[in-house]
Amino acid sequence: MNDYWSMLFVFVLATFIGLGVIRRVSRLLYTPLMSLTNAISAIAVVGSIVVAGADYPSTIRIIGAVALFASMTNIVSGFLITDRMLKMFKKQ
Amino acid sequence: MIHAIAQAAAVLATALFIFSLYWMNDPKTARRGVVAGVTGMVIAVGATWIQPEIVHHGWIVLAILAGFIVGVPLSLVPLTAVPQRTALSHAFGGLAAGLVGTAEYFLGVGEGPAQLTAFRMSAIIAEIILGFLTFTGSLMATGKLQEVKWIPQRPVTYFGQNVVNVGVLVIAVALGVLVVLHPAAPWAPRAFLAVAGLALLFGVLLIIPIGGADMPTVISILNSYAGLSAVAMGFVLDNKLLVTAGALDGSSGLILSIIMCRAMNRSFTNVLFGAFGTVQKTVAVGEQKAWKQETTEGAAQLLEQANLVVVIPGYGMAVAQAQHKVRELYDQLTKRGIAVKFAIHPVAGRMPGHMNVLLAEANIPYTALVEMEEINPDMPQCDVALVIGANDVVNPAARYAKGSPIYGMPIIDADKAKTVLAIKRSKNPGFAGIDNELYVQDNTWMLFGDAKAVIGDLVRQLAGGSGLH
Repeated sequence: MNDYWSMLFVFVLATFIGLGVIRRVSRLLYTPLMSLTNAISAIAVVGSIVVAGADYPSTIRIIGAVALFASMTNIVSGFLITDRMLKMFKKQ
Repeated sequence: MIHAIAQAAAVLATALFIFSLYWMNDPKTARRGVVAGVTGMVIAVGATWIQPEIVHHGWIVLAILAGFIVGVPLSLVPLTAVPQRTALSHAFGGLAAGLVGTAEYFLGVGEGPAQLTAFRMSAIIAEIILGFLTFTGSLMATGKLQEVKWIPQRPVTYFGQNVVNVGVLVIAVALGVLVVLHPAAPWAPRAFLAVAGLALLFGVLLIIPIGGADMPTVISILNSYAGLSAVAMGFVLDNKLLVTAGALDGSSGLILSIIMCRAMNRSFTNVLFGAFGTVQKTVAVGEQKAWKQETTEGAAQLLEQANLVVVIPGYGMAVAQAQHKVRELYDQLTKRGIAVKFAIHPVAGRMPGHMNVLLAEANIPYTALVEMEEINPDMPQCDVALVIGANDVVNPAARYAKGSPIYGMPIIDADKAKTVLAIKRSKNPGFAGIDNELYVQDNTWMLFGDAKAVIGDLVRQLAGGSGLH
């Protein structure tokens, strides 16, 4: 039970850090911001790796593999398109 | 030892993700943010993969390969299609969360009820409800943005819509509570699947009543939901890295939603309950004034004589793919020593920041892009306000017409400029279905036609060509 409390703790603190950091993000960059946070939250991939790769029944692992594919797509396309957009922002 | 590596990797990845977002505060450092993000991701994935409980590698490799095969083309879409790509990635995020939640529940059922504590079950239920509603809701949004034929573009509303929507959600949550209380009952797996089904249905119902102009808000909210579903997954898997990354995504979506809501003068609760996007009937305007049409020759002369030109782009510019022609116009004007600024309304386009990306793509320096609040005090000094495919964001009715659906929405003060040139594809009113009196002002001149063609003509006039090439 203790661990759940520390999880809530982490959640609350991370939310405040998130609010603080995001508030400072340049307004020019809201579109790349969204694709970047999208790629970052696809860190959910670590959950899918466990479900797809551990010694579980194969139906469970198939579900895990589909979830892994979905997260991986977000990671790849999210980081690539963010960089592609950021490259375009030039001062002069 | 190997578990300690995983823990250390998670701490490192968390720090890198926070830096990644921190560097987005300036376009100069922003690309560093991508490097930090990728590094954090590789570290976290690597540390998870080498754990001893991962015994099957084949499907992991396959799924990662498939992710690259689909992900790379998705990152190469034209920038006008970035809103639908973003919505699609929210759908993928939601799907992953929903599926992992489902897998964890059925694993728990197999291993016995001791695994399914009330706290863990609550997290699983929250994860699948958030995950699956984000999945179908974002797919619907993707379809609307992509203008898929079988998804209606216009908001679909019907009598009792809110009652139905809230009802579906309430039933899903109530069933979810039952499953939390009796996770191992013989009927629980079926109830669990019913919760998943209702969440999928709710996502569709939530997006049906939403129209194009509300998409920036909706995408931001779905972004927030996608982040929260990752947080819930973190609770289920007892993984602090997931909780942190999900919270960063969730708070980003939250802040963007609030900014979008303010920019449209909608309350946050109004948006959260999905009761928005309804098209109100046209507000009858007493006297109908006539448009004054201008030729491109005349418009070019007006532009040439100006000292300060403010361009106000809207979604119409994106639809017409006119941003590159706008860049040529920008070059022609700045060559003559005319100051050119771009006034960006927060909700212009189909997602937050959409106009900035399109203009940056056309090589317009970001120093020329100015936010609404910054440009408005300068508008009385502006010689020509050039409105390209924007409508509601420059409608003066927002200031005083109480009955109007856009009443109270902050606007760019185009009407205060000395002269207004408005490029418009057709003579129809904008999304909100209201007349825009900016177009019939004494100092406004209309240029009807496709934005790309009209601006191309302007460029040709300014370049001194006689239309021969």
